[in-house]
Amino acid sequence: MGQMAFVNTTGVTAVALLPRLLAGMGDQPVTALASHLGLYGPLPDLRGWAPEQLVEVVEQAGLRGRGGASFPVATKMRAVVARRRPRIVVANGAEGEPASKKDRALLRELPHLVLDGAAIAARAIGAREAIIALSENDDRGARRPLARRAAIRAVRRSRVLHLRPIERTGQRGVRGTGETDVRLAAIRARRQAPPDARAERRDARAPGLIARHGASWFRQLGTAHDPGSALVTLSGAVARPGVYEIEHGVPLTDLLETAGASDDLTAVLLGGYFGSWLPATQVPGLRLAPQALADYGASLGCGVIIALGGDTCPVAETARIADYFAAQTAGQCGPCVSGLAAIADTIRTLATGTAPGTAWRDLERWTTEIPRRGACQYPDGASRFIASALNVFADEFHRHARHGRCERCSARPVLPAPGARVTA
Amino acid sequence: MLCEARAPRPGCTRDRITVHLRVNPLDCIAHGLCAELLPEWVRLDESGYPLLADGPLPAALVETARRAAQACPTRALLLEPDGS
Repeated sequence: MGQMAFVNTTGVTAVALLPRLLAGMGDQPVTALASHLGLYGPLPDLRGWAPEQLVEVVEQAGLRGRGGASFPVATKMRAVVARRRPRIVVANGAEGEPASKKDRALLRELPHLVLDGAAIAARAIGAREAIIALSENDDRGARRPLARRAAIRAVRRSRVLHLRPIERTGQRGVRGTGETDVRLAAIRARRQAPPDARAERRDARAPGLIARHGASWFRQLGTAHDPGSALVTLSGAVARPGVYEIEHGVPLTDLLETAGASDDLTAVLLGGYFGSWLPATQVPGLRLAPQALADYGASLGCGVIIALGGDTCPVAETARIADYFAAQTAGQCGPCVSGLAAIADTIRTLATGTAPGTAWRDLERWTTEIPRRGACQYPDGASRFIASALNVFADEFHRHARHGRCERCSARPVLPAPGARVTA
Repeated sequence: MLCEARAPRPGCTRDRITVHLRVNPLDCIAHGLCAELLPEWVRLDESGYPLLADGPLPAALVETARRAAQACPTRALLLEPDGS
């Protein structure tokens, strides 16, 4: 099982307030409804709440989406209600980020938390159906769908709402998120009405606890702008990688210390492969809350944090991930397919010291030209990651461009890139 | 459609509704006709996919843009009034 721990901003007093979401973490997954209710307390009878009351308490709690955009959840709920189309809640546990494990870990260990959240979101927006999107692989990379099994078992035992598990529809798990985005974009581009208004809930965990304990309880943790706690997946040069529950606003150094980070960190990736790199010099003073990170042009995004140690070559890592980006495009839009391939090829020439003189200029141009030209935001995120790596690791890139591969280039890869092209 | 002369609606400039040019990336397969017919607004990247200038289309280009959109073999070039 991945490491689960917690970190907070204010020391001893706050220790009693965390963990919240992970309070039920133990040796066994909590799939029995009775155990869940024993650990987290009974869920208030939702029939006693008017939908707007639920939206209001979510608003008072100040809950924001945990998917990266940090959008106020109540505003999103009202927007969905206002559209007067069939409504559906999607609790997306099919995380596509290779380094992210939190959604699957949560669904495997504490699935009822997600079901509570989905049920409350459904009640709040008047949806009759909630889809729990599950991944094929478990969070440890094995093709043992434990999260899937745990969630389905929990659904069967849930008395909160009748949730209909959807069996796998394609090769890549249950309604893979990327595919859904492209499909909706395709529909919109042809000016047809989307089949339903989707309120995708990556934050389908906190509402269950807010409904139990109220808005002011939720605000006891976090910052005024970003109340509450969040789950992050930490990996890289740390002794104890895993899923952590953090209070919003906690210093990044505290989390790294708790996880036993190596003392020769060169950079930290925040927000996963759609996020950005920060040099180690910027880590002190950095606080993990969406608003605080925005000042650094960074975001918690999907909650993936990867610490890069001194024995890892950032150029080789970037080259591998550039290959991964090129290989993982859905192949629907020309600028994404040709652009990401060109970026990967050119990064490779920089990494091996065989780059043409135009390489830097080309990369700079491509990373600004490719965004916003696809049907989804995949090329935008990939371009941002590459631009950020070129910026933060500029010295290393220049050294490789002049002298070719370094002694660290063949070190064990740190950033996961499942299914990437194998290159020399 | 013309705007009210005295109380222009949002999205209206020079008495006309502003128009944006857009490419549907799912349909575009890089024929490149748009850049040929509307070089003032469209250029092509190395792979032949169009890059559009930013902002609303100048009124003087709207008719040319309309013809370019009609000429697009995959109908991937779209003129869209603001707010649509």
